[in-house]
Amino acid sequence: MSPLGWTQAVRVAVVVFPGTNCEHDTVLALTELGADADLVRHTEGSLDGYDAVVLPGGFAHGDYLRPGAIARFSPVMESVRRAATQGKPVLGICNGFQILTEARLLPGALMANGGGRFLCEMVECEITSTSSSITSGASLGQVLRLPINHFEGRFTCAPTALKDMEASGRVLLRYRSNPNGSLSSIAAVANETGTVIGLMPHPERASTALMDSTDGRVLLSSFLDSAERRRDMKGASATGITAWP
Amino acid sequence: MRQAHRALGLSDDEHEMIIATLGREPLPVELAMYSVMWSEHCSYKSSRVHLRRLPSEGSAVLVGPGENAGVIDVGDGVAIALRMESHNHPSAIEPYQGAATGVGGILRDVFTMGARPIALMDVLCLGPLDSAHSRYIFDGVVRGIGGYGNSVGVPTVGGQLTFAPCYKDNPLVNVLCLGVLPIDRLVLSKARGAGNLVVLLGSLTGRDGIGGVSVLASAGFVPDEATKRPNVQVGDPFEEKRLIEACLDLLDLHLVVAIQDLGGAGLACATSETAARGGVGMDIDVSAVPLREAGMSPAEIMTSESQERMLAIVEPSSIDAVLDACARHDVRATVIGKVTESGGRGRLVVRDGTGPAAEIVADLPAASLTDEAPLYHRPMSPATAEAHLAPSCTAVLGASDALLALLYDPSFVFRQYDHQLFLNTVVPPGGGDATVLRLAAPGLSWNGKGLALTCDANPAWCAVSPRGGAELTVAEASLNIACAGARPVAIVDCLNFGNPEHAEVMWQLSEVVDGIAAACLAFDIPVVGGNVSLYNESNGIDIDPTPVIGLVGLIDDLSRRPPGICLGQKGAVVLLGERGSPDDHARLGGSRWARELGGHGGELPQLDFEAHSRLCALVSRLVAAECAGDAKVPIIGLHDVSDGGLGVCLAELCCASGKGIVVEEPWTREELFCEAPSRVVVCSDDPEGLLAAARYQGVTARVVGRVGGDRLVVPGLFELRVDDMVAARSGRLAR
Repeated sequence: MSPLGWTQAVRVAVVVFPGTNCEHDTVLALTELGADADLVRHTEGSLDGYDAVVLPGGFAHGDYLRPGAIARFSPVMESVRRAATQGKPVLGICNGFQILTEARLLPGALMANGGGRFLCEMVECEITSTSSSITSGASLGQVLRLPINHFEGRFTCAPTALKDMEASGRVLLRYRSNPNGSLSSIAAVANETGTVIGLMPHPERASTALMDSTDGRVLLSSFLDSAERRRDMKGASATGITAWP
Repeated sequence: MRQAHRALGLSDDEHEMIIATLGREPLPVELAMYSVMWSEHCSYKSSRVHLRRLPSEGSAVLVGPGENAGVIDVGDGVAIALRMESHNHPSAIEPYQGAATGVGGILRDVFTMGARPIALMDVLCLGPLDSAHSRYIFDGVVRGIGGYGNSVGVPTVGGQLTFAPCYKDNPLVNVLCLGVLPIDRLVLSKARGAGNLVVLLGSLTGRDGIGGVSVLASAGFVPDEATKRPNVQVGDPFEEKRLIEACLDLLDLHLVVAIQDLGGAGLACATSETAARGGVGMDIDVSAVPLREAGMSPAEIMTSESQERMLAIVEPSSIDAVLDACARHDVRATVIGKVTESGGRGRLVVRDGTGPAAEIVADLPAASLTDEAPLYHRPMSPATAEAHLAPSCTAVLGASDALLALLYDPSFVFRQYDHQLFLNTVVPPGGGDATVLRLAAPGLSWNGKGLALTCDANPAWCAVSPRGGAELTVAEASLNIACAGARPVAIVDCLNFGNPEHAEVMWQLSEVVDGIAAACLAFDIPVVGGNVSLYNESNGIDIDPTPVIGLVGLIDDLSRRPPGICLGQKGAVVLLGERGSPDDHARLGGSRWARELGGHGGELPQLDFEAHSRLCALVSRLVAAECAGDAKVPIIGLHDVSDGGLGVCLAELCCASGKGIVVEEPWTREELFCEAPSRVVVCSDDPEGLLAAARYQGVTARVVGRVGGDRLVVPGLFELRVDDMVAARSGRLAR
């Protein structure tokens, strides 16, 4: 049995674009939590065999033009969209978050950090909603220590979108001390169903033994549990969602 | 012709040597190839006679100096590859691209051995930040290192910063890279097998970086020489990332016979070195090389330093598999020639086109470009060091102000680098005297061992005494490794000096080599590779001699995070090592304190190799027990006494933990700032046990203070609030 008590390992697709670099770390962290995580190339046509999808951090296509701007056209993104529509948990970490906003699977955009510099450091984040696949196992107000590692991490979106998200509990994590100037100190957001997640900090970097923090496990465990619950409800109709206009 | 060779940086004598070698006047392409390969940067023609004195032997050394990187067996079928290189002049002219391509180059040196790069470190020597020009260089270099390293996906896990006026127009950017590999993936850059194909991998070849090694790296220059900007290469980390993955795939699949990166001197270097090392010939067709721009001449193609390229030697039966693997990674692969017999000195033929009508643009012995390059015994004469410190140094100055002036927080720099990728970084940069990594990489699961890494340079010491300063630098590195609980495994060095045509500079180089050699022999550490950078001068003024030491140590059992630079809630502050004799206190030469007051010359503190080894053994054993989780003498935190002396050491311990220290007995300013080596400050709640362990090992030790309060209190000198020290420390770099 897995550490999280499943009878059958959750199957996670970890998508690799050219230039992605956190794929091995993400697989390691998920595997230590009992998941069965595979690297899936950006040319892959189908993710049907997987219970959940992670777009890991890195510099897909060198971040050339704009982070995520080229990756959103990769063949695999159609499958990611389908997985999202099927209600499978989809998690974009850092560069993955940037790709999900470029693909309009999440609202808003990630701009260059307010300070104009790359930031690799530990930050404290507060859980501001538990109605999502990465925060369902956390408690409201819980503070997690998580590393950030980005140059374009300043989340922004239209005022109406922010109001919508706040009203419907889709702002999942907020920085306690805003490192990059993001709107409303946002560190993570979800789509309408709480299953497509954009997360700027790196949970996989606060997950394995000997690291400074293991708080990332809270988020990744929730993510895997959500995937397992959804799988076990197979047959029940998954909520369809539409892409952001 | 006489004009042509001079413009390319060759002397008249060297031109005569070429004619003697070939038995005729060189063709234009040949002349271009000789000019880059016989440059100081590629040939080490001024330094080779000295470098031979460095000890490079060791039972675990699989590959020593002379290859692209040193390789050391670390057990369990795993090896590490290590290399350090300078990118000084490019960074002076174009800081961002200069530093970025320095990172790219050192990565290729490591993955060409079959190793996956898992760590980078950067040593920067810059002019003081009160100059706008120095701030421009600092900002560009740090952004360049981050821009390339972060994107290419190799963490930058540490480094060192030095500020001194001599680097204002000639900054130093030295980059170290460490990789890990399963030993059976080790590949050398020896071409073999007549009929095998020569395959160029990676980027298109353009006009960037032509003559980078000769006119740029191997000559002094005047500042703001924007005309040399075209000699600087431009980096593409995304191409390099794909190249790393493709090459490691090729090596995993055993598809290549040999592989070599293209760096300085481009194709001229890669073809001649692989041919000469393998004792084979090579037949190259420049018209097959994929070009970035039309109309490039064969000489330009052979000497272009376009980045992100590799040269692989492939058996004809494997070529389809190689092309497939490269296509999978979107990496260009093109057959540009073949290996030929003609052994011995290796006949290197370069053609422009195919078929019998193709013009032969070069036909020369490969070895004449490499091993047979000129070797100079340049004149040496001792530099005259001042015997005494300048008088201002002994003048009364508030010790607290002096201490505040010496503090700065390097996290401003480390924060701009991804230092966590691969989940190996157990002690991050600045967290301890050395960075500690798990010994693991994608595809090589963690075996419970750890690596400790440090880079050290102290040009102020070396300016007072090149030999003594070099010895102290190696000692400092070995103590840093000991403080992480590791035993030293191997050194790579980067020797940065001024103009070798100045006799004082050659004397400095010779003295530094002797100092490194003496310390390495005393501590039993092999030097497995390195780099020499000469002509670091501007406006005719040479830089201080700047040997940079990169040292890697091994931790056998890394079950727990080792204690770092920190203090407990309470506890005793114990000094391991000599407090110092009155004689030592006069030895303030080269100290940060003396420099801050404008004092030059004087004498360095003395280094006792045996006492230092005993201290390293003691500290390494105590901390290793913490790592393994079976410490009998618990250690809360520790920090070695280095530049800035005990004063800076204690202040950094206070700043790292937000706690004060009360020193028990009065110290003089000289005691506070003396940089006598072989000393470690330990925070312990079992001082008796620690003192007993030290006695047993033959190490002097005493309790010098206690943790407590919110100030650093030194009786007779000052009380400094920790908050004030933190404030002084954090603002200094970010402006």
